[in-house]
Amino acid sequence: MTISRDKLIAWLEKLSGVMRDKRDFLTELDAAIGDADHGINMDRGFGKVLEKLPSLKEKDLGTILKTVGMTLMSSVGGASGPLYGTFYMKAGMALAGKEEIDASDLVAFLKAGVEGILQRGRPKRGDKTLYDVWAPVLDTVEAAIHDGASVKDAVAKAVETAEKGVQDTIPLQARKGRASYLGERSIGHRDPGAMSSCLMIRTLHEILIT
Amino acid sequence: MKKLINAVGDVVREQLEGMGLAHPEFKVNIDPHFIGRADGPVNGKVALISGGGSGHEPMHGGFVGEGMLDGACPGEVFTSPTPDQMYACAKAVDGGAGVLFIVKNYTGDVMNFETAVELVHAEGIPVRSILIDDDVAVKESLYTAGRRGVGTTVLAEKILGAAAAAGYDLDQCAALGRQVNQYGRSMGMALTSCTVPAAGKPTFELGENEVEMGIGIHGEPGTHRMEIKPVDELVTYMVETILNDPPYTRTLREWDLESALWLEKEYTDTPFAAGDAVIAFVNSMGGTPVSELYIAYRKLMKVCKAKGISVVRNLVGNYITALEMQGLSITLLKTNNEILKFWDAPVKTPGLRWGA
Repeated sequence: MTISRDKLIAWLEKLSGVMRDKRDFLTELDAAIGDADHGINMDRGFGKVLEKLPSLKEKDLGTILKTVGMTLMSSVGGASGPLYGTFYMKAGMALAGKEEIDASDLVAFLKAGVEGILQRGRPKRGDKTLYDVWAPVLDTVEAAIHDGASVKDAVAKAVETAEKGVQDTIPLQARKGRASYLGERSIGHRDPGAMSSCLMIRTLHEILIT
Repeated sequence: MKKLINAVGDVVREQLEGMGLAHPEFKVNIDPHFIGRADGPVNGKVALISGGGSGHEPMHGGFVGEGMLDGACPGEVFTSPTPDQMYACAKAVDGGAGVLFIVKNYTGDVMNFETAVELVHAEGIPVRSILIDDDVAVKESLYTAGRRGVGTTVLAEKILGAAAAAGYDLDQCAALGRQVNQYGRSMGMALTSCTVPAAGKPTFELGENEVEMGIGIHGEPGTHRMEIKPVDELVTYMVETILNDPPYTRTLREWDLESALWLEKEYTDTPFAAGDAVIAFVNSMGGTPVSELYIAYRKLMKVCKAKGISVVRNLVGNYITALEMQGLSITLLKTNNEILKFWDAPVKTPGLRWGA
């Protein structure tokens, strides 16, 4: 199976609803170790994405993802705006002209997106950021596809990895962002960016199994 | 939450609309949000742009005008502005001599401005950025995002504004900006937290007899909590922390115009020493009355004198705030003849004005 344009659009549409529903939850996670705006910012950004979707229904996947990236970049702000913005823009460049996402496209999508996060934020694993979800997710998907898994099964495995990635941020002391100023007080909390990343992957899986 | 606002989502836009009406010398752009000079762009002058979350007024919008900034990009309250704002602002205010971004060191601000640098560069406009990271409450940069950008930002915007007006080119402005940043050190404290409109409740709670020491400018918790003491003792602690601050080393990223790449460069700030001449800046976080700032300034002068530091200029008032937070920050900036000349030069903005 592949991820069709309709599925991709359905994912983004559902994701904007998820960000609306989880707005206060993400903001509370951020209040514990950051500046209490992550849910507000993600909701604003994906609300803008939702407004753009009707104009994208005939476009190729690269254009759709690039538009999502530009929209997030210009509406989210904070640290997550440039990180997610770059992720989707780079992913879009990797899928230029494509009408659907097959197994190798899925790897290319993630690889380009994660490379974008690295260029923009220069995170390392264990810094307690959204990279602590995307780095292991890329590894998982790459390995699964290499072993012959379908797109759907690879994404299912990615969900498990992402959930674990979020939990694994709990004992970490933040070394990036405003949470880093709390020093040891940042330990014991889930990273809000890791959580919003996990929501993206979980929602993609939900779309693929419906 | 009790605030003089309408809808929470309209706070930044309505504030900008009001500023445009109050100050005909501004050109306020609503989509995307930025403030420029009505008489801009100034031909042949390096254009200075700063920006950051809203809630720190008068910084940065209030510092747009003759002898200071050419443009300011306000984000949502305490949230970095976005690259499309900076890009649109840069295109609007560039007078042909290039654009210098003045950026406070917060992860979000840095990433959004770095993206903007790349966009502006791609447009063929010469662009550089300088980072302000002067908050001595953050001790090291290895395990944190580095020192935050606070009070020195205001002083740098004034000094660079005068330098640009005097004909400094883009490289000279950037070099002076980096020197000012290396010469400046700040520390802040709070008596109360503050309430971000979208959050609806104070960011942290402080007991009746507690102060939060080592705060930034976003209502975030500081380095530690202590019992409130007479202001003389608090000011002594803060000024001595600044004056005794050891050398500070970190690696900063600088845009290379030729290769169009970010290059890393290490900088070490040297400590203050007896005999230094400084500009002393006592700043209210928004809710502390000016009367209390002067009590603090009185003690600051005594501590500096005892340490052999001569305060040659000062600035006392509300300049870089955190909404309605009570508290103050202290900045000391080592000076030389070049910096003093630009500090004394005329400035004509709603937030800072003399000699013009």
